[in-house]
Amino acid sequence: MKHPLPSADTPMASLWSAMGATLKRDLLLAFRRRQDLFNPLLFFVIVVSLFPLGVSPEKTFLQTAGAGVVWVAALLATLLSLDGLFRADFEDGALEQMVLAPQPLYFLVLAKVFAHWLVTGIPLIVLSPVLGIMMHLDGDTLPILMLTLLIGTPVLSLIGAIGAALTVGLRVGGVLISLLVLPLYIPVLIFGTGTVSAALSGLPVTGYLAILGAMLALALTLSPFAAAAALRISFSN
Amino acid sequence: MWAFFHRLGSPKWFYDISGKWLPWFGGLAVLTLATGIVWALLYAPADYQQGNSFRIIYIHVPAAILAQSCFMMMAVAGAIGLIWKMKLADMFVKAAAPVGASFTFLALFTGAVWGKPTWGTWWVWDARLTAMLILLFLYFGVIALQAAIEDFSVAAKASAVLALVGLVNIPIIKYSVEWWNTLHQPATFKLTEKPAMPAEMWVPLLVMVIGFYSFFAVVILLRTRNEILERERRTRWVKDIVLSKVK
Amino acid sequence: MSGALLQAKNLFCERDDRILFEHLDFELNAGDIVQIEGANGAGKTTLLRILAGLSQAYEGRLLWKSQPLEENRTDYFSNLLYLGHKPGVKSVLSPLENLVSWMGIRRAPDLQAILDALRKVGLYGYEEVPCHSLSAGQNRRVALARLFLSTEAVWILDEAFTAIDLQGVANLEALMVERAKAGGAIILTTHHEFGLYQHLRKVTLGRRVSRESRLAQGVLL
Repeated sequence: MKHPLPSADTPMASLWSAMGATLKRDLLLAFRRRQDLFNPLLFFVIVVSLFPLGVSPEKTFLQTAGAGVVWVAALLATLLSLDGLFRADFEDGALEQMVLAPQPLYFLVLAKVFAHWLVTGIPLIVLSPVLGIMMHLDGDTLPILMLTLLIGTPVLSLIGAIGAALTVGLRVGGVLISLLVLPLYIPVLIFGTGTVSAALSGLPVTGYLAILGAMLALALTLSPFAAAAALRISFSN
Repeated sequence: MWAFFHRLGSPKWFYDISGKWLPWFGGLAVLTLATGIVWALLYAPADYQQGNSFRIIYIHVPAAILAQSCFMMMAVAGAIGLIWKMKLADMFVKAAAPVGASFTFLALFTGAVWGKPTWGTWWVWDARLTAMLILLFLYFGVIALQAAIEDFSVAAKASAVLALVGLVNIPIIKYSVEWWNTLHQPATFKLTEKPAMPAEMWVPLLVMVIGFYSFFAVVILLRTRNEILERERRTRWVKDIVLSKVK
Repeated sequence: MSGALLQAKNLFCERDDRILFEHLDFELNAGDIVQIEGANGAGKTTLLRILAGLSQAYEGRLLWKSQPLEENRTDYFSNLLYLGHKPGVKSVLSPLENLVSWMGIRRAPDLQAILDALRKVGLYGYEEVPCHSLSAGQNRRVALARLFLSTEAVWILDEAFTAIDLQGVANLEALMVERAKAGGAIILTTHHEFGLYQHLRKVTLGRRVSRESRLAQGVLL
């Protein structure tokens, strides 16, 4: 039996290939458990349909409230899926191997969050026009709604990762994440729905979209950093 | 400077020195709060528009200022605890969160009480009140996280990260809430923006602010000292204190 | 002069008001196999997690190649293989997929090497079977296959032999001895006895209740 001798200068995976490996792994895992992906989506649809039932099915109400309802439901659906972001990997020890990888944890977290967004955020965006039509939003507003969700849902996943990382080792995780993360979601919600209201009243929306984009840029830079720090802290327990 | 910084990190040193500070802060708090309250309620002139109901700002404004600066202090202490692993900073984070939440609640409550005679309703989705409400949620998050984690130092570090994330978010939240507010209800009557408040009104307000800060310092010192005793209960110097009290 | 790989100086750790260890000095050199001993709850796992850089719940200093470990984490991690209690094997993936994704974070995955490693741990024919239909011992073997793929100089193994049969243990032992001779260094905990190797050292963690804490309880009660 011959084994490679220990040496300090073993070629390490490049950052890109390490991120690619993480992304591929998480997507493969999501694919193997694809039936789980429908749950947040179903939740999304049910929450939206509660509003006409619970408040009023009148067209004027639904038109004004529509974007907000879709946004709040998308936000809650994202929240629901967050607990799984790190928890399963934490429990079977796979996350340990990731934290101990010779790569900056920032990028591995980023890859994981990206995978999370691909499997939860994208389906929400794809489904949103259907719900928009049910809320009597007109054809011109629907693309704006989708666009705000396209910029907004990655922010939700990124901020949510911090909450998921902070609570990963705790038994009460799920509920606590909502408590930690929801207040931080408020600016995204305000500007997401604000953009759609502006479009509804015929105002230009580029400024609002730019602010949403700025939030995404900020979340991209800072959130994985905070989430990585939070993961290391969670392992200290 | 560094020597002071390092000594500050030592719980025993802080326990000793804070014991000496306590009476001074306590005295200052009693003095300024008593003067401020008497001055504000009896001698400051009534507002020409709102009459006597404006006097609640003497509680409301200091509470609101303190609520915000307490969060900032907590985040800064959290950063110090994370970077330099200073135990005392961890203890401060733990001590400060419920105090800050209480002041936030006080600011919200007095805002509502003031809103009743002024706006005719307990609650208005005014930008400042809403931002305050979100600040209260942020405090609750920190407290809940601390309560959920058993290990003291892990709890302190985790809540430090959360406080820092919150601190980054506070300006964004404030900005977006103000923007949202102008979108939904333009030109409301602002709670504290009073153009050119006369000196007879703002001097007692300043006294009250100083009073609130001193009171805050007393509470924080007491809570931190308590925390020190609990964390360091196995060390010789704490045992000596306990033994001397038992005798 | 080669110098020590990993050094622990004056380590102190307490858990739930119990001091697990204090004044612990410890040095790991190339060629060492160090076994951490102690009763259940003596802090073996805690110590290994601290040495692996996972846990920060300690006081004292850790040095990697004479530099503070915290400042050289990337270099340390690229030379460290840690296998903990939890195997880190995803049950919905096959052994092959598990190892490919694990290796991909560290190096370019070498499919042939992975297949060889799986054969060496006795999983020939199981490469493509989802891990949830494998036994506990087989899952542990998937985790251990990483040892055969490792180019890392330092191994930290926490109860690596759990659920492994005698033949498997013998193979692993041989691998570890060979590895140490080639200049690797290993820290492990195990309930399995092996004293074949000349460099095997033992560090014993005692279960101790500090005299002072008993005193304090006496006073307060």
